[in-house]
Amino acid sequence: MSTYTGLGGQGFSGSSTAAGRRLTWRKANNTIMLALCSVAVALAIVPLIWILVYVLRQAIPALTPSFFVSLPTPVGVPGGGILNSLLGSAITVGLGILVAAPVGILVAMYAATRPNTPLGLTVRFGTDVISGVPSIVMGIFAYALIVEPQKHFSALAGGLVLSFIMLPIIIRTTEEMLKLVPNSLREASLALGAPEWRTWLSVMLPAAINGVITGIMLAVARAAGEAAPMLFTAFGNPFLSTRLDQPIATLPHTIFVYAISPYADWRAKAWATALVLIVLVLALNVLARLISWWRVQKVGIVPR
Amino acid sequence: MTAISRAERRTSPLARLSQTWRHGDRLFLVLNATAALAVLALVLAIGVKLWQNSALSRQAFGLAFLTTTTWDPAITQIFGALPFITGTLVTAAVALIIAIPLSLGIAIFLSELAPQQLRQPLGFLVELLAAVPSVVYGLWGLFAFIPSFVKPLAQGLNGTLGFLPIFAGPVFGPSRLAASLVLAIMILPTISAVSRDVFRAVPSSQREAALALGATQWETIYQVLVPYGLSGLLGAVILGLGRALGETIAVTMVIGNNLDASASLLHPGYTMASIIANEFAEATYDLYLHALIEIGLILFILTLLINLLARLLIWRVARGTATEGRS
Repeated sequence: MSTYTGLGGQGFSGSSTAAGRRLTWRKANNTIMLALCSVAVALAIVPLIWILVYVLRQAIPALTPSFFVSLPTPVGVPGGGILNSLLGSAITVGLGILVAAPVGILVAMYAATRPNTPLGLTVRFGTDVISGVPSIVMGIFAYALIVEPQKHFSALAGGLVLSFIMLPIIIRTTEEMLKLVPNSLREASLALGAPEWRTWLSVMLPAAINGVITGIMLAVARAAGEAAPMLFTAFGNPFLSTRLDQPIATLPHTIFVYAISPYADWRAKAWATALVLIVLVLALNVLARLISWWRVQKVGIVPR
Repeated sequence: MTAISRAERRTSPLARLSQTWRHGDRLFLVLNATAALAVLALVLAIGVKLWQNSALSRQAFGLAFLTTTTWDPAITQIFGALPFITGTLVTAAVALIIAIPLSLGIAIFLSELAPQQLRQPLGFLVELLAAVPSVVYGLWGLFAFIPSFVKPLAQGLNGTLGFLPIFAGPVFGPSRLAASLVLAIMILPTISAVSRDVFRAVPSSQREAALALGATQWETIYQVLVPYGLSGLLGAVILGLGRALGETIAVTMVIGNNLDASASLLHPGYTMASIIANEFAEATYDLYLHALIEIGLILFILTLLINLLARLLIWRVARGTATEGRS
């Protein structure tokens, strides 16, 4: 750490004059405050490590191979697993990608081509607004939109909520990455006679593809951990279901239900499920980071 | 002539399309603009749907909904949102008081103090805190954080400062304090990431000028960088506030879900998000459901205003540096 303590003070330090005492105090203040900043970083990392270690320790006993491939059993019956939740999470998140990825990429291309038009600015503002809407409010919206007219909870409603949650993440990452593509590439393509749409689809998008994938992965990581909106959209289902018009179990919702239950067996399963979810989400985050880092290395542009 | 047509035949269908069909650009623009408009339509649709689906409650209680403390779905069927609004505001405020100094410290360390090689990995670790799913925070909070940290802390606060109403006993495990602490951890990465970017956006000429005048590094940060990026830092804090207001599952799991009327942080409470999470799927009649949706509407409007404010403040900083140039 390079701490700079100010010029011109060396002659005074240690002396008993008023200026010297003031300088000593300023230097001490400098050291203390900078040290406190380092302490803040350490304090922030403590909960992260605590959570990871604690979840790992609690989860290991319940984590057997059959945990991944069996269905939940009633309370008291030994065994049982999370196959339905794994499948349900895959289905709802998959549905979310199917809706959010194409729309998100199109929006990002619009925002990147026309950044300073009224619609371009409004859309970026709208994206920010959507990313600030609490996921539980998104859940109510999907409930009012789909569940209430259909009179039953469904995987479709769950997937749609997740797509709303994914949309702003995909739009923002894709737009940032499209902006990093050198303008000369676009100009070269246009100069060769390619129309604008061809330039975006065959030149700009491939050049930014890693960024797009990064955005989708971050969005998946975020959506896969959402429990709140699932409470009244996908609702949960103790049986194996692949139907979009039926309630479906998801990993975070299963953790929530197991965690607040009074049964020790279910709580143990909540920890094991939490470990599965946390490994999945953190792996996606690290991988997304590596892909975008690799992208930056390849093109030689340093973002920011 | 023949050579050209042979070359044309060998190219991809996409290439042939772009040579023959001339309306591609217009279609592309229409497609993109439609998607962009759909995003705006989504924002509007959320507001409209919440408004429509809370009609019964709005007609029955009017504006008094905001100031009524009764929540009685079972007998009188009178609903009021005040306990939940105060619960949300109090937990978010306490979370901010804890998180602001910590995240500013982190941001300063990551942008000004840390050696170049450490900045990215440390920043990534802090950002991983944002990646941990909310339900995992709740699980950890309920079974690890509360018994081994929050409860002893609450007992200590009650023992020493128990004469203050906010630390009045008896001490519970799941409480407003537990929710505030978990929220503080959850909004740390948001506030510190944005304020780190704000500090980085300050031109180095500002730093150099302060140092050249004889300021210490802390004085440079405190008297030059912080005032320079003040509106951006405020935006970062408000963004964190927005997250804290809407956080649901983790809060529902650690706040104890109790209509406690006291001001004590050590008692269990309720927030707008946690009452919705707790009772929505069990709301048995329309008025009950509409009252819950109206709470959702209040939450939506509140987070909307807060996010707009945060974005405006952050944008102002970004535009300011765009004219001055980054380094």
